[in-house]
Amino acid sequence: MSQSNSVGLIDLQIMWNRLIAVVEEQAQTLMRTAFSPIVRECGDLSAGVFDLEGRMLAQAVTGTPGHVNSMAESVKHFLRYFPVETMKAGDAYITNDPWMGTGHLNDFVITTPCFRNGKLVALFSCTSHLMDIGGIGFGPDATDVFMEGLYIPMLKLFDQGQVNETLMAMIRANTRLPVDTEGDVYSLAGCNDVGARRLVEMMDEFGIESLDQLGDHIIARSREAVLAEIAKLPKGTWHNEMMIDGYDEPLTLKATLTISDSGIHVDYSGTSPASGRGINVPHAYTTAYTVFGLGCVVATHIPNNAGSLEPLTVSAPADTILNAPKPNAVASRHIIGQMLPDVTFGCLRQVVPDRVPAEGTSCLWNINVRGHVKGGEGGNYGFGMAITSNGGTGARADKDGLSATAYPSGVRGTPVEIAETQTPLIFWRKEFRPDSGGAGRTRGGLGQIMEIESGIAEPFDLLAAFDRIDYPPRGRDGGKDGEAGFVGLKSGQTLKGKGFQLIPPGDRLVVMTPGGAGIGKPGERDRVQVANDLADGLISQETAEQVYEFKPPKAAE
Amino acid sequence: MVRDLRIAVDIGGTFTDVVLEEGGKRLTRKLLTTPQRPEEAVLDGVRLILADAGRGFGDVAVFVHGTTLATNAVIERRGARTALLATEGFRDVLDIANESRYDQYDLTIEKPKPLVPRALRFTVPERMDVHGHVRLALDEKAVRVAARRLEAEGAESVAVAFMHAYANPAHERRTRDILKEELPGLCVTLSSEVCPEVREYERTSTAVANAYVQPLMDSYLERMQAALAAEKFAGTIYLVTSGGGLTAIATARRYPVRLVESGPAGGAIFAAQVAARAGEARALSYDMGGTTAKICLIDDYKPHTARLFEVDRAQRFLKGSGLPVRIPVIEMVEIGAGGGSIARLDALKRVTVGPESAGAEPGPACYGRGGMHPAVTDANVVLGTIDPHDFAGGSIKLDLGAAKGALERDVAEGLGLSTEMAAYAVYEMVSENMASAARVHAVERGAVVNQYNLIAFGGGAPLHAARVAEKIGVKRVIVPPNAGVGSAVGFLAAPVSYELVRSRYMRLDAFDADAASELLKEMSAEATALVAPGARGMATFERRMAFMRYVGQGHEIVVELPPRPLQASDAQALREAYERDYAVLFERHIPNAAIEILSWSVQVSTEAKLPERQGAAPAVPQPVPVGKRPVFDGRSGRTTEVPVYRREALPPGSAFPGPAIVAEDETSTYISASFAAHIDASGCIVMDRKDA
Repeated sequence: MSQSNSVGLIDLQIMWNRLIAVVEEQAQTLMRTAFSPIVRECGDLSAGVFDLEGRMLAQAVTGTPGHVNSMAESVKHFLRYFPVETMKAGDAYITNDPWMGTGHLNDFVITTPCFRNGKLVALFSCTSHLMDIGGIGFGPDATDVFMEGLYIPMLKLFDQGQVNETLMAMIRANTRLPVDTEGDVYSLAGCNDVGARRLVEMMDEFGIESLDQLGDHIIARSREAVLAEIAKLPKGTWHNEMMIDGYDEPLTLKATLTISDSGIHVDYSGTSPASGRGINVPHAYTTAYTVFGLGCVVATHIPNNAGSLEPLTVSAPADTILNAPKPNAVASRHIIGQMLPDVTFGCLRQVVPDRVPAEGTSCLWNINVRGHVKGGEGGNYGFGMAITSNGGTGARADKDGLSATAYPSGVRGTPVEIAETQTPLIFWRKEFRPDSGGAGRTRGGLGQIMEIESGIAEPFDLLAAFDRIDYPPRGRDGGKDGEAGFVGLKSGQTLKGKGFQLIPPGDRLVVMTPGGAGIGKPGERDRVQVANDLADGLISQETAEQVYEFKPPKAAE
Repeated sequence: MVRDLRIAVDIGGTFTDVVLEEGGKRLTRKLLTTPQRPEEAVLDGVRLILADAGRGFGDVAVFVHGTTLATNAVIERRGARTALLATEGFRDVLDIANESRYDQYDLTIEKPKPLVPRALRFTVPERMDVHGHVRLALDEKAVRVAARRLEAEGAESVAVAFMHAYANPAHERRTRDILKEELPGLCVTLSSEVCPEVREYERTSTAVANAYVQPLMDSYLERMQAALAAEKFAGTIYLVTSGGGLTAIATARRYPVRLVESGPAGGAIFAAQVAARAGEARALSYDMGGTTAKICLIDDYKPHTARLFEVDRAQRFLKGSGLPVRIPVIEMVEIGAGGGSIARLDALKRVTVGPESAGAEPGPACYGRGGMHPAVTDANVVLGTIDPHDFAGGSIKLDLGAAKGALERDVAEGLGLSTEMAAYAVYEMVSENMASAARVHAVERGAVVNQYNLIAFGGGAPLHAARVAEKIGVKRVIVPPNAGVGSAVGFLAAPVSYELVRSRYMRLDAFDADAASELLKEMSAEATALVAPGARGMATFERRMAFMRYVGQGHEIVVELPPRPLQASDAQALREAYERDYAVLFERHIPNAAIEILSWSVQVSTEAKLPERQGAAPAVPQPVPVGKRPVFDGRSGRTTEVPVYRREALPPGSAFPGPAIVAEDETSTYISASFAAHIDASGCIVMDRKDA
């Protein structure tokens, strides 16, 4: 290899690192400037840089998988509506189309062209979850997408630096939280600007005129690396099926996974048809979480970009719940989308059992609340918040599952003290739910118990979007199932897992998140670990003795 | 006998550094740390250095002390048997934490283990709301029952962390009174005192960390005090806090969590002093040791500060993988990039460096002690910037062949590069990592990195500073003398200070000047009282700050308040200051958005002693190199003969162009071809860009 080629290779590697730093900065900016609490406290966002063909070159580590991989597709749609030759410096484009963005109206996607010396060199794109977009609200009750709120087609948000005031007025008029929503639009646009400025600095420093060579290098190297990992796996086809609660009837998620020389393909034929309610999943979101699950097992340390995503492909027959076309309702598409890593794991488990965890809670157990406060305080109409919370993850082959931890979602939980600042609610309890982790040689992570009451003499709305109440995570190799989830009132009434319900003042909403499932026979669990779990109160005496067959050592005291 | 000596000691993980100042003269000593009884190395070092100076303990006026003991106790989990008393229903705040994974794709991660196991976490019925109103009265009987259980469990220390205690600490205080009645010997930490801020996880974590290190620090400080008294020491003892201030022993014993990371804070103060002497109003301190590099922004000779720090991050320095501690700290980014950091190729054949480190044992391959993988130091040896025959003053002979072999195996072969080119790739990548960290850090603080000049110290920084400077567009690099004991030197310049932060919500459009003034007055009195034992009558100054944000946002911006009672008319000035800073940070401000104040801070301190700006050194004849060394430059692909100077032979005023190497016992400074160097009046090597 010649000397100049050597330098070229080293520079390409350095620029690749730099590009990842640039998009990370873009994401951090978004998080620091966002209004929506689920973005600023919990990181429900994504940010990335794309070449002029819409290929994703780098994505921020900060963010959540459902956004990332669907945003990767979204930029291609932007390019169809706004061809590169029409783009001008100072432009920014917006949509919340669930089928061209990230799967529901609450996610705004904004794409900004990046110019250097008057020449278009790249596109920056970002998305985040806005708390209210009008309509029926952030719950699964709608029967079509039009009920779910304001639908923004592919539009110009900024035209050469001029904000689209008509659009902003439309947005403000169509949300219960006009102040926050407008603020978030600015914050999305601002973070793309930060990314663009850094990219131009990098190109100046390295003296490159386009990202073509760098992009090809990143994509080729990443694709090769993923293919090399896939080459280590046996070739063949495997099947798995999983039942989940659904809105009003159980649903089947069915996967066929094929490993070949050219990649891994997952097909969802045999999956239940689209639902009449807002739990349907657009195809891009189905792909996003499927590919994320595959990546966790097959390509853990390979950066996410168009190259690493390319060998991982997904199909689902039209009109199944995993490829639901417009105008199906999709607001709560994450409930089912987030189950897909578990569905895929069921296939991969037959291939590489030690690398695959048991089933976990999977879907976020966000407590979506809404209510009214006096007189539209602060320009918003009442309050609305998604209080993110989680159940347990599935046991790993050699480690317990994680308790009260998001997987596959990448968001963080909402601090109680912040939830109580944003809403007039009082949390009376938020702690581990003993015995909820599925027993096993390795135990599932624990769920948690929450009790929430209105702090004022008014009821509040619950827009329930929970799953794994009828169908808990399943254990394997003799491991037990995780404990099923539960939603009810303190006074005794059981509530529905999905849909709008009123929590009267004076009573308490009780939410118990599911536990992850276990792996292996509980009797084979290390006795020290059983004793520790017992001492810590993570399992009861009864479970220790009856499920783990634990005989306490003769008391020496 | 004149009590005029000032001594500073920095206890690090490996070395204990001692610095003595006598008038304008400075002596230094470096000893191995004695981990079991750290005061032994301290006293030995002080005895030695006093003997060097021909003086005695009775001559010492000021004894300043920084230590990583508190940090190490957390990292090694050697703290007290600690319990937690929380609000009923919130036993697992420490475990639930933020419910997230610090690595998105890794299915095998482990969460940081809380300092208090679940069996030692107890709850009592009580509840404050967000406004500090009592929603459920404290169940005092339950507190007494909990006390019995603490006793039965043998708890030595307890943290009390109730919901919204920052808004109203009454329940926490009453709980302490009861616990003190029941268990007089128990150490009690209140979250409302250590960290009166919103967000239960960070506040609880901070209170628990304080409780965890308190008994250990308490007994250490007591022994230290007694040992010094036995030596007839009659001066004042100070401890260095993570915020870079000095504090009296009494305050340190109450809030020992504030002593974490005092060593690195000393380094930043040291750099600030160097900056002041050189008149560098914008400086970037760059401290590179064996395993990590630390970067800190210094504006107007004051290091930037922050309010959150993570102790004991998982190996990869990943954000979110450590235990959060919310205290005032000098803000630094730390990355796994030191002389011992290991280079390798990843699955994508990319050269990566660190965070794994060869440490001191076995050390880089060139140490010849069994290290098989190439470290950054190996790359420098192969490139020629380190002389294998003159490392650490010639005390360690380095094995060039071993360095080459390791680079060959782990980097060159996989990429089809020559060994020298592989060394260059490692050098470039580690320099890029530091440049990138500096760039990101600057951006997060709304600073433009190329408007800063670099102050490089620690063993590795002088070798890489020129390249890092080229990458981030910095025009000047300063390498101060005494770089090896920089933290201890910095301690001697720190002011006595204490900073309090409290959450108290207020909207700017409903600005209540009287309430704010009342709160600030209270905080001022408390901070003044905590500073008084250390200030000993010295004049003190006060800085007041508000942490503000747009209503609904999550990230706060600090706005300075006037140190006087506030008036209604101040609201407008605050709004303007906020919007100005916001636009600087985030490109555009948000029209018509309301603004709120979340927290308030009061810092009381004695005057920081900044050195006078020095004059230019008179020119002296151009120095003569002691020799030449071949150094490989990857960009040109050529090896060139580079002149080598001995640092001690370079008087102030010496000037010479790059490329050049300045060798000294502790390290070497590499001046690349794009820089010219001179020695300034205080002995710093100053490199200036030739094209600037």
